[in-house]
Amino acid sequence: MSFAALRFSPGAVLAPFVDWLNANAHPLFAAISAVCEAVLNVIQGALLWPPALALIALVAAATLLSMGLRLAILAALSLGFCLIMGLWKESMETIALVTVAVALAVAIAFPLGVLASRRKSVEAVLRPILDIMQTVPPWVYLIPVVMIFSLGRVPALIATVVYGIPPMLRLTTLAFKQVPKDLLELGQAIGAPPRDILLKIELPAAKPTLLVGLNQCILLSLAMVVLAGLVGSGGLGGEVTRGLSRMEMGLGLRAGLAIVSVAVLLDRLTRGALQRGRRRPR
Amino acid sequence: MAQNETAEVLIDCQSLWKIFGDRSGAAMAAVAERGLTKTQVLQEFDCVVGVAAANLQVRRGEIFCIMGLSGSGKSTLIRMLNRLIAPSAGRVLVKDRDLAALSATELRQMRARHIGMVFQSVALLPHRTVLENAAFGLEVQGLPKPERLRTAEAALRKVGLGDWMQRYPSELSGGMQQRVGLARAIAADPEIILMDEPFSALDPLIRRQLQDEFRQLTKDLGKSAVFITHDLEEAIRIGDRIAIMKDGAIIQVGTAEEIVLDPADGYVADFVAGISRLHLVKAHSVMVPVADFLKSFPGRDIAGLLTTGPEADIDALIGLTMHSDDGAIAVVADGSVVGVVTTRNLLLGVKGTPAVAPDTGIARRA
Ligand SMILES: Nc1ncnc2c1ncn2[C@@H]1O[C@H](COP(=O)(O)OP(=O)(O)OP(=O)(O)O)[C@@H](O)[C@H]1O
Ligand SMILES: [Mg+2]
Repeated sequence: MSFAALRFSPGAVLAPFVDWLNANAHPLFAAISAVCEAVLNVIQGALLWPPALALIALVAAATLLSMGLRLAILAALSLGFCLIMGLWKESMETIALVTVAVALAVAIAFPLGVLASRRKSVEAVLRPILDIMQTVPPWVYLIPVVMIFSLGRVPALIATVVYGIPPMLRLTTLAFKQVPKDLLELGQAIGAPPRDILLKIELPAAKPTLLVGLNQCILLSLAMVVLAGLVGSGGLGGEVTRGLSRMEMGLGLRAGLAIVSVAVLLDRLTRGALQRGRRRPR
Repeated sequence: MAQNETAEVLIDCQSLWKIFGDRSGAAMAAVAERGLTKTQVLQEFDCVVGVAAANLQVRRGEIFCIMGLSGSGKSTLIRMLNRLIAPSAGRVLVKDRDLAALSATELRQMRARHIGMVFQSVALLPHRTVLENAAFGLEVQGLPKPERLRTAEAALRKVGLGDWMQRYPSELSGGMQQRVGLARAIAADPEIILMDEPFSALDPLIRRQLQDEFRQLTKDLGKSAVFITHDLEEAIRIGDRIAIMKDGAIIQVGTAEEIVLDPADGYVADFVAGISRLHLVKAHSVMVPVADFLKSFPGRDIAGLLTTGPEADIDALIGLTMHSDDGAIAVVADGSVVGVVTTRNLLLGVKGTPAVAPDTGIARRA
């Protein structure tokens, strides 16, 4: 027997499956597409509706009230930078995409993560899947998604959601496992209903680690959204791709710097929230 | 205590067992059939016997201490009293209701209304103020905010934390944190308070103070308590009755005096060996009957002796003896002399031996 006969090609197995999905589940995917597009449009619309300067002022004011002067200045500077670079619309598109992707990733990862922290069997099933998801190079995700959803914002969104799930899920499980045993016992001993134990004991105790997970999820999603410029996500990723394909150094650099500035903004804001949560009880 | 014999039984444990491990079911069956020992269960089934055949009754108004060394199963036993741990065999009746027969909601109500708990680790929520922590039990019961805060405030005042309500737990010392835990338990006004080594992590002085306060408070409020400790002195200071645990089994139950004067076995005897009898042993345990006294000292005038009550402890008796000419003290109950304590009896009492033989030594030699 030759080696060639032993060679296994996952693609050969997956491709017919994807074809089958395309042929038989098309209405489902079309519906998903439509919903995603609609949500993205709403958020993008909301971000782009006010004049850029007004939005910057609003964000800075909100940050000032909730997290202090330093972060407010940082927020204003990073958003202002995107505006100066002439990439305001693209930046907002990217932020909209990241926001929706993170919301979806959290909505999926959080309950699964909690479940995994409570049931060993769930964790045993999830762990290898997460390992694979985190080690496969991100652009590989793009292939099946594009095969199903073709080019555009929706495949970018879905690939980003898939990419953002593992860190959030892992840290959710960790966060809930770290909740002190005696606090859980307290909840039981005072006859608290399960909902109260979750909301009033576990969530506050898990919050710092959950915010770390959220921070990771946001940054990885941003990286993926940029990469998804390859499949027509638009936004800053689209500009980077354009710069690359046309060998326009200036455009690529501007877009790249705008991405850094968005990343810094999102990172510092989630960290700010994290520190605020830690500071109060001291 | 005598007056308690008739009080209502609040907690009744009937041959409770807890075996930990993957094969605990099989191990329990084998224990029931073949009567395996703890070591055999560990070898054959790789299971740990946490509690073995424990029987105990806690009566209304009493403080029941469970004393034992680390690993003797105290925490496991107390957690079966509110079913934080489900027993492998046996029954727990709280106010005549079998905990195993309650639905999830009924069990929650039972825990919320009737059985409070205080933990060694205190278990305060770090992101809530002292007041919010004390009100937490009432909060999950669904009490409206003003009402629960008012009740929690009153509870905090009772434990002497009236000025600390708006602080966070991390700003309090260990002793104060434990008081918050106690306030949280009494705020819910349960009949029974379970305490798992609440004072073990505190330094001796604060500990003594909290022991006395706790006993006073429990008695004032008319609560019953099950109090776990690994310290016999603490059990004696606090408890009306004491159960001694070893390897999961309860080996003796009785008042401090009963246990000190009449240890069930060598293990208990070793434990009580170092305990000072001064405040433990009472006149009624060391006195000899009047007839025996008169046999040894014929013609002595009983009526001329200094008198005391049957509950006077050795410390008080020694004080009295100093003032008596001949070292004999009459024990008077309900107006009549029920016995006499001589210096010799006193010395035996200090040693921890009850007055068994008639006190004839002096007479014989004289
Ligand atoms: N969840 C568990 N799984 C397995 N074994 C357990 C478990 N909980 C307790 N045990 C075992 O049961 C025995 C009794 O433990 P328990 O915690 O009740 O002792 P304790 O008297 O409270 O000791 P300490 O004074 O150290 O708190 C110990 O041998 C312990 O190892
Ligand atoms: Mg213990």
